[in-house]
Amino acid sequence: MDVAVAIGLTGRALTRALYATGRGVVLVATAALSLVLFIVTTLATAFILLGVGVLLLPLVTPLVRRLTGLCRNVAARCGVPIATPYLPLPPLEPGMFGWVQRCRSILTDPATWRDLLFLLLNTLVGFALGLLPLTLLVYSVEGLVLSTGFWMLMRESGVNFWYGFTALDSWPHAALGALVSLAVFAFWAAVAPHVTAGHAHFARSLLGPSERSVIASRMRHLSETRSDVINIQATELRRIERDLHDGAQARLVAIGMKLGAANRQLRTNPDAAETLLVDARNATASALEELRCLIRGIHPPVLAERGLEDAIRAIALESPVDVEVTTDVPGRMAAPAESAVYFALSELLNNVVKHANADRVSIDVRHEAGLLRAVVIDNGQGGADATLGTGLRGIERRCATFDGTLVLSSPEGGPTVAILELPCALYSPRTSSS
Amino acid sequence: MVQLLESYDFEIVAAVDNGPALLDALVTIRPEVAVVDVRLPPTFTDEGIQAALEARRRCPGLPILVLSQHVEQLYAKELLADASGGIGYLLKDRVLNSDQFVDAIRRVAGGGTAMDPQVISQLLAGRSRREPLSTLTPREREVLKLMAEGCSNVAIAQRLIVSQGAIAKYTTSIFTKLDLAPADDSNRRVLAVLAYLNGTRADVS
Repeated sequence: MDVAVAIGLTGRALTRALYATGRGVVLVATAALSLVLFIVTTLATAFILLGVGVLLLPLVTPLVRRLTGLCRNVAARCGVPIATPYLPLPPLEPGMFGWVQRCRSILTDPATWRDLLFLLLNTLVGFALGLLPLTLLVYSVEGLVLSTGFWMLMRESGVNFWYGFTALDSWPHAALGALVSLAVFAFWAAVAPHVTAGHAHFARSLLGPSERSVIASRMRHLSETRSDVINIQATELRRIERDLHDGAQARLVAIGMKLGAANRQLRTNPDAAETLLVDARNATASALEELRCLIRGIHPPVLAERGLEDAIRAIALESPVDVEVTTDVPGRMAAPAESAVYFALSELLNNVVKHANADRVSIDVRHEAGLLRAVVIDNGQGGADATLGTGLRGIERRCATFDGTLVLSSPEGGPTVAILELPCALYSPRTSSS
Repeated sequence: MVQLLESYDFEIVAAVDNGPALLDALVTIRPEVAVVDVRLPPTFTDEGIQAALEARRRCPGLPILVLSQHVEQLYAKELLADASGGIGYLLKDRVLNSDQFVDAIRRVAGGGTAMDPQVISQLLAGRSRREPLSTLTPREREVLKLMAEGCSNVAIAQRLIVSQGAIAKYTTSIFTKLDLAPADDSNRRVLAVLAYLNGTRADVS
């Protein structure tokens, strides 16, 4: 039993070492390419002054990023994931101006310069660290082959062969050589994965986002979402103001006028007064109806009264398509987040009704490990594109305020799957009875 | 509200202003009919609905008319779920027309239903193409709509300006199409409304 376990462990260690050696070979290749690309990039940058570089640099940079991408991949396979730090490049505009602009955005991205430094260092580090595992493996195998008898063949052809510090000229010496090569083999098996992991850490220090760029991208995100929030809020307030002004306010004025007229005609023309009073009552009902719609748009009553789960059930009930709702949200979220999720789901469902041509939708909402996750699946025709519709963009922007994300998968022919994720805490047990 | 009801010769046995007191009053006094607001202290959420549901769990069939600033199909479904009648769910706006409102109260007290036309029209808009409701003719649908609002055959006949016999024929046809076994007529009416709300075949208990 123990033997089996030992064999299993040894087998796994050897496999890992072999993989690491293979990655080492890839690293040697990247080292060679690093040298070439370093020289080309440096020249391209220098030639910007001559004009040629303006065309050359935007052509070389994608190659550099492909190479660093390969290094990130190798590192990820060594268990060191590295995030991509590049700033988004603006779309290439036609003409010379576009190239100049692209050059500028490449040159102002700090990641470009860190890449360049990586290329220079990797020429050496990648070569050395990449070659080490292979060298160890080859050397130990060579020793084993020689010490099992090849040394005799060698001696007959008149060459006195040394392995390590042993001259292979007799069987005892050959045995010693075999021991040394076994030791080298064991050393290779133990060290190879660590060598490539070492390179991965080296790569991360230069190819990953620097602390500064992490903070910078966070700040960019915050200022973007902040201005989004301000815009959305201002638009909402304007809409509410307009609705109140054109709706309830106008109705109340009309009611007041009708009541005034009724008052004047109460004695002289009771019939006309009665008609006016009925009109006034009807106008009151319309005003109330408008206010109800407005309130629903600001904060739906069921959401306020029952929370997210029942509010979603309520929109499902009102939807013209079959909606299956499953939920597991054991508590209430903070009101703004709850409202954002509600309106996002409501909008998604609206989209399904309007565009998807679906007859069945499922909505699953659950809260796990500090993350609220809502999945909306429909059996419609698919082909929804978040970059086209303003609705989906709007949902994304609203959720981004809460660091939430919307992921959409909608191949032509369906089905469409929308996944909404929003980090949030639940703060009290549910109060609803259902 | 108390004044309005007294002017229509109702005797007010209790008037309470919060959720727990309401539930207490409902189950101890067991009024002939109760008029309940959805939002009440202490939390101003849905105490009225919760109290009404709980009271009817304890005293099945206790007639309750729920009033609200807004009507929700979700709540309507919950209120109708026990299928025992004597339930109403209206917008507060309906109080403006006091005759119709008092009529609704009396209907609920008599074991009937009074659903707000808004609930019904939302349902019509939402689920009209679903089985088995989709098998109903437009006229039958109209009759079912009025039935759901709580109108009697006489009232429906008056509204649609047809004979009572015709209405009886429509209702029978509706019951058959919705697969409701012949039983106590008023119970069947509630079940028909339920079928309407669920958009599926109502379970006949």
